[in-house]
Amino acid sequence: MIRFDSVRKQFPDGTVAVHDLTLTAPTGKITVLVGPSGCGKTTSLRMVNRMIEPSGGTITLDGKDTSRMNEAELRRGMGYVIQHAGLFPHRTVLDNVGTVPRLLGWDKKETRERSRELLARVGLAPELGDRYPSQLSGGQQQRVGVARALAADPPVMLMDEPFSAVDPVVRDQLQDVFLDLQAELGKTIIFVTHDIDEAIKLGDQVAVLRVGGYLAQISDPAYLLAHPVDDFVADFVGRDRGYRSLQFQPTPRLPLAAEPTVVLGESTDGLAAPWVLVVDDSRRPLGWVEPAKVSGQVTESQLHRGGTVARASGSLRSALDAALSSPSRRGVIVDDSGELVGTVRAHEVLSLIEATDRPDEDRADAFAAEESP
Amino acid sequence: MTWVNDHWGDIFTLARSHVWLAGLPLVLGLLIALPLGWLARRWSRLYPVLISASGLLYTIPSLAMFVLMPLVLGTKVLSPWNVVVAMTIYTIALLVRTVADGLGSVPEATLQAARAMGYKGFRRFFGVELPLAVPVIAAGLRVAAVSNVSIVSVASLIGVAQLGNLLTDGYDRYIPEEIVAGIIACVVLALVFDGIILGVQRLLTPWVRAQGARS
Amino acid sequence: MIASIIDWLTSSATWSGEGGLGARIVEHLWYSVLAVAVAAMIAVPLGLWVGHTGRAKWLVSVANSLRAVPTLGLLFAVALWLGPKIQGDLAFLIPSIVVLVILVIPPILSGVYAGVEAVDPAARDAARGMGMTGGEVVRQVEIPNALPLMLSGLRSAFLQVIATATVAAYVGLGGLGRYLIDGIKTGDYVSTAGGAIVVSVLALVVDGVLALVQRAVVSPGLTGRATRRRRAEGDRAVDGPGTNSRNPDARSVATGMSAPADEVAPSADQTRSSTSTRQ
Repeated sequence: MIRFDSVRKQFPDGTVAVHDLTLTAPTGKITVLVGPSGCGKTTSLRMVNRMIEPSGGTITLDGKDTSRMNEAELRRGMGYVIQHAGLFPHRTVLDNVGTVPRLLGWDKKETRERSRELLARVGLAPELGDRYPSQLSGGQQQRVGVARALAADPPVMLMDEPFSAVDPVVRDQLQDVFLDLQAELGKTIIFVTHDIDEAIKLGDQVAVLRVGGYLAQISDPAYLLAHPVDDFVADFVGRDRGYRSLQFQPTPRLPLAAEPTVVLGESTDGLAAPWVLVVDDSRRPLGWVEPAKVSGQVTESQLHRGGTVARASGSLRSALDAALSSPSRRGVIVDDSGELVGTVRAHEVLSLIEATDRPDEDRADAFAAEESP
Repeated sequence: MTWVNDHWGDIFTLARSHVWLAGLPLVLGLLIALPLGWLARRWSRLYPVLISASGLLYTIPSLAMFVLMPLVLGTKVLSPWNVVVAMTIYTIALLVRTVADGLGSVPEATLQAARAMGYKGFRRFFGVELPLAVPVIAAGLRVAAVSNVSIVSVASLIGVAQLGNLLTDGYDRYIPEEIVAGIIACVVLALVFDGIILGVQRLLTPWVRAQGARS
Repeated sequence: MIASIIDWLTSSATWSGEGGLGARIVEHLWYSVLAVAVAAMIAVPLGLWVGHTGRAKWLVSVANSLRAVPTLGLLFAVALWLGPKIQGDLAFLIPSIVVLVILVIPPILSGVYAGVEAVDPAARDAARGMGMTGGEVVRQVEIPNALPLMLSGLRSAFLQVIATATVAAYVGLGGLGRYLIDGIKTGDYVSTAGGAIVVSVLALVVDGVLALVQRAVVSPGLTGRATRRRRAEGDRAVDGPGTNSRNPDARSVATGMSAPADEVAPSADQTRSSTSTRQ
């Protein structure tokens, strides 16, 4: 657990980046600090491993005051990932990953084995280990950055906009890899971003900061979207928050309708419906087809692939999106193995939404908003 | 100061030939380096060849270069042309890379736009590429100018008169004041060259100053 | 003329003996190595310190502005001032070496400083953030990354020293400059030109050797050599499909969409390009 207690940072030129910050990052959870530029989020993060020394208040790590710990030891016990990865250009990928283990005095062989294992974990091919950072793409470099931070298995990870310098598609991949890793490893993570979508996707709790390092609100993402405390937070979390908050509402039992299907390669002759769902041999949905416009066997090229597919165990948002994006207006729902279980219509999802309570008020207490004076 | 006061005329005459010996090669060197740099840019295979060749020329010590010139040019040992040609070679060696890199620093988008507007060949070079490369080329020229003024003084060892004569003469006849005067005169001349190039660059690139004012 | 120069260069009489060409080459190299070594002992730590701490950057500007001072003037001034204070043969050697040292401090200093300065701030930040001490950052990150520019500075220092040591024969220094200065005085063009050729070749060889050293000690990750090789193979850096299929919360999985390729790795040709003056 990392705790900020009335932490303040005033720079020598007089600017106060953080006025009085009190918050707790619980063990094993992802705490996201989010806010506009100048809100002191990066400064706050860098005060945790004392890259910046606080000018007031205390930061404790599992109850120990960090200002009394040895600087290098403190940092070696915390993974650190930054925006441009900051890989060492003169070292191979494998040697980059092994930096902290070597600093900690691990032997060469042990370090190399650990580094190889971590490359695999972040989804990089083993042969990339012998390349130099300049030979990697931006997304690959960030993966190496994450692997390097994890190398000595630190209980804490500090991440400063690690995914914001890559394009949106790659960013999404990286976020997914990161969530998978966290599900396995359960690190205590403080994650800084200016992107509210990223904050909501990744955070177990999200702290919204306003300019000057004031904590505006801290809560879990669903509650944040449903109950912004003031105009600033409401404005910052943005326009589609009603729709986005559906993401956090687990789907109750969906009223699934059985969907007539045709297996790829079979004929659609004699089918009357305007749209028919095409599946593969194991009943995994492939796309829609219009029987009126084809004759004979259904081929890949005739498939209409526009619709998204939602899992029955997924969120209301994905179920609604599946319905809205489907050419037949029937949203395709699959089970966890990807097999078709039925379809659902948008109005059915909407009535479910209307029947469900908004995120419960009580939860506000769990992450009581600690408003700065 | 007495020595200097008695020799203003000599200093002035020597300075004038120093200006010629250091300045003329700057102009000649630039005129030759421009097409060479353009070629290096145009044919990428030529780039490493020209860069290594100019690197090799730049390696030759100045006194050796002066001394070998008559052998290459067939000139008399005392001819000032030995110095002019040697200095021109050094200038070219320094500037070819600068010109090539300067032309390379012009943003691709600008070149595409120029091509789209129908700029071709020489007009595109003089109208778009060269003006935009001026800051880089001018920086290289300033380095060459300061370097040339200093190297030319060595020519007094082979008997070609310029400000370096104050240094050799001061040493030979043990007049420390003359040496100091020579050093100061050379530094002042280097500053003047530097200032002139900077001024011309400002005149040629008004947009650079406009950017500075805005930011 | 050319034939007699070749004769001179190939005659064993020229090469042998105490004042022979062989001995002069050794002398010349000795002065050069001595001056560069002394200068490096001063300039390298200083440059590392200025680059690492970001303090006293004016030192570099001052050193660079020294380049406008004519070498010949500096040489004569120091020789006149120091020479009489020193006894014996050292009276010729020490002033010249002092001038050579002063002369090559600027290229070495600015090479080291520029090298450290050019280290990616993100890499330096990451190094500190991972718990490297100041010394570890210097040794493990800043020096290896600064090497290309440091060695370029050292190369131009050597060229400058070899050239200036030639001129320093005028104030009594030995080495190959003797052939040029003495030859000019006595009007013996053959030995003058011969000496000039030998000193030019010496400069080329030293520069070539240092270029090879540079190639050997600089990490391929910095020179862009590694990148070029990969590109030649036509190997595109592509992010794998990632692990998004294993996602706990199946946020609507798009049908029929293959994993997108990440952007192609950028070229990282960070080859040095520092202009340097020389005498």
